Parts: sequence; structure tokens; C-alpha cells
Amino acid sequence: MNQQRILELSVGAFVAVGLAALLVLALKVSNLAQVNRDGGYHLTARFDNVGGLKVRSPVTIAGVRVGQVSDIAVDPQTFEAVVQLVVSSQYRLPRDTSAQIYTAGLLGEQYVALEPGGEEEYLRDGDEIQLTQSAIVLERVLGQFLFNKAAGE
Amino acid sequence: MNLLVRLGAWSLGSVQRLGRGFLFLLAVLWRLPAALVQFRLLLGQLYSVGVLTVQIIVVSALSVGMVLGLQGYNTLVDFNAEASLGQVVALSLVRELGPVLTALLFAGRAGSALTAEIGLMKVTEQISAMEMMAVDPLRRVVAPRFLAGILSMPLLAALFSAVGVFGGYLAGVGLLGVDGGAYWSQMQAKVDFYGDVLNGVVKSLVFGWVATWIAVFEGFDAPPTNEGVSRATTRTVVHTAFAVLALDFVLTAIMFGD
Repeated sequence: MNQQRILELSVGAFVAVGLAALLVLALKVSNLAQVNRDGGYHLTARFDNVGGLKVRSPVTIAGVRVGQVSDIAVDPQTFEAVVQLVVSSQYRLPRDTSAQIYTAGLLGEQYVALEPGGEEEYLRDGDEIQLTQSAIVLERVLGQFLFNKAAGE
Repeated sequence: MNLLVRLGAWSLGSVQRLGRGFLFLLAVLWRLPAALVQFRLLLGQLYSVGVLTVQIIVVSALSVGMVLGLQGYNTLVDFNAEASLGQVVALSLVRELGPVLTALLFAGRAGSALTAEIGLMKVTEQISAMEMMAVDPLRRVVAPRFLAGILSMPLLAALFSAVGVFGGYLAGVGLLGVDGGAYWSQMQAKVDFYGDVLNGVVKSLVFGWVATWIAVFEGFDAPPTNEGVSRATTRTVVHTAFAVLALDFVLTAIMFGD
């Protein structure tokens, strides 16, 4: 091989390796592969309290990640938290599905767990999940516990 | 009195140099399309700026990633949160360490070489010879090098981050026994492609731009003496480090400030 070809070969290999590294960062390191920004449907759920839930928190069914939280806002009329969920369109959920906010471990991140019900009809894009259970705020539980303890004595 | 005079001369000199630098940048930018056409020249510069820098990038990235893995593990294990190691390693690499360390290594390996090369061309009067032959040195010498630097930096920074994440995996999962699945899944759950990876690429583009600009300007502006070239080479490395670190703070404040 002459000099010029070796030069071209090494530059080609360099560019290929650099682009491959970008691809690894996109697919293996970041969430590009699993997030469905357009390939999912939106659901709304209202909670009294979302605790530490954030945009991009996971949405799970039976502990398996099926989507993510896309928006959190407060309804100015009812002062409830309105949480927008994006769920991958391969999962169809019955109309009486319920949503709970749980914490992964004692100090872990919070996520929305969906519990499918048994109805025949399915939730469609833009529908609202009626049955919800708010996040458990540790201070409130402790306060209640202390209050009960004091009342019991 | 004398001190004041020297301060004034120094300030005027700095401002003048900055102005020359900007005019030089404009002149080079004007010739960039021509550099794209001169494919042979660009190829040679991609080799000396990009390919020859890969080695130090891979070695440093591997060791930085492994150190991040070890240190992150030692801190996180106190909170029983060692499963988040992947997230710690990947976020620090993709957002900060990848672009910044690559730019510093790039200044040391490629930037200094660019300055010395162009400076020596001036010392040996090759630049003047080109002008005599009506060959535009900005177009023939500077523009391909500038373009090669801008193209190489994002690739090198991406390589740094990817190798670093792998180094963290080696140290965390291989040596310390963190669960491999948790390492990758925590990372994927928390690293956003647009917010983190693409912002890292934007950073590396800006740094590549600044580092190459400083390198070629220092070379082209160097006094054509032995001492002048050696000083210009030193200045390239020092000024690039200053510029990259200061710009990094500004970019971080804009990108991740809220």
C-alpha cells in the first residue's frame, strides 16, 4: 500500500471510530433508544400530591418501564397536580387502570406505577386515568404516626 | 510613573492582539469553503490533528473513567447507592470531563504542534515564499488546519466519553462488583440524549473552534525567531486552557443552569 492510501485509511478509521463513539453515546449511554418521544400515547392523571416526581420519571407496569412522565403542572381550579404520561403504544391499558406514585427503595427516585384493571375498553390517546393514589410523603406519615401515638396514651 | 506606562502599553498591546486575532479569524473563515475543496490538504491535516491524537485520548479516557468508577463507588457505597455509579460516571463524562479534558489534551498534543509548525514555516520564510509565488498562505496552510481541528474535536470528545464510560464499567463492575445491568440501566434512565449528549457535542465544537483558532493564530502571529516560536507554542497551551475553562463555565451556566 502506498503512503496516500495508508493516510486515507487511517483518517477513515478515525472518523468511523469517532462516529461509532457518538452512536454508543446515543444508544447505549443515553435514553435515545428507549424513549418514545413520538411513538407513544399520552395519558393524564391527577394526584393530590406528586411528592418528588419529576419530568422524565419512569412509568412502569408490574415494575417494567413502559414510558415516562412528560409534564407536571398544577390545575389552577382544583389545585391538583396534573401529570402527563407517555406510554409506549405497544401497551394497551383497560379503562379502569389505576396509577400510583411509588418510591424505588427508601431514598430512591419516585415513579408512576400503572395497575391495569379488567375492563374491556381501552384507554386512548389523551384520556385521563381516574383512579390515582398520591405519593407518600415521609414527614406526613411520621406526623400521623406520632399524633396517633400521642392520642393513644 | 514607569509602572503606569508599562501597564498602559501592556493593555494596548493585548487589545491590539485580540483585534488581530479576530481579523485573522474572519480572514480564515472566508477561506474555509476553499479548504473543503482542497481535499488532499484537509486529509493530511485530519491525520496529524485527529488520528495522532487518538492514542492519548483513549489512554487518558480509560484512566479517567476508571478513577471516576473507583472514587464514585467509594462515595456512593456509603449510601448503598452504588447502583447509580453508571449515572455518575456517564453524566460527569458526557457533560464536563469529556469535552474539557479532550480540549486540554488537544491543545497539548495538536494545538502546540500546529503553532510550532506554522511558526517554523515563518522562521524558515516558507510563508513569505508562498506569498512571493502568489499562493495565499491563509488558504493553503491555515484554513485546512483550522477545518481539521474543528472536525476532529467533536469526534475526539465523543471517543473520550465512550471510552471513559467503558473504563468506569471496568473499574466498577469488573473490579468492585457493581451489578452490570444496574450500571447500564441507571445510566440510560438518567442520561438524556438531547439535554446531555448533544450539549456535550456542542461544547466540544465550541472548544475545538477556540483551541484551533488560538493555535493557528499564535503560529501565524509568532515573531520569526527561535524564541518567538517557543513562546508562541507555550502561549497556545496556556491560553487554550484559560479560554476552555472560562468558556466551559459560561456554557455550563447556559446549558445546565436552570
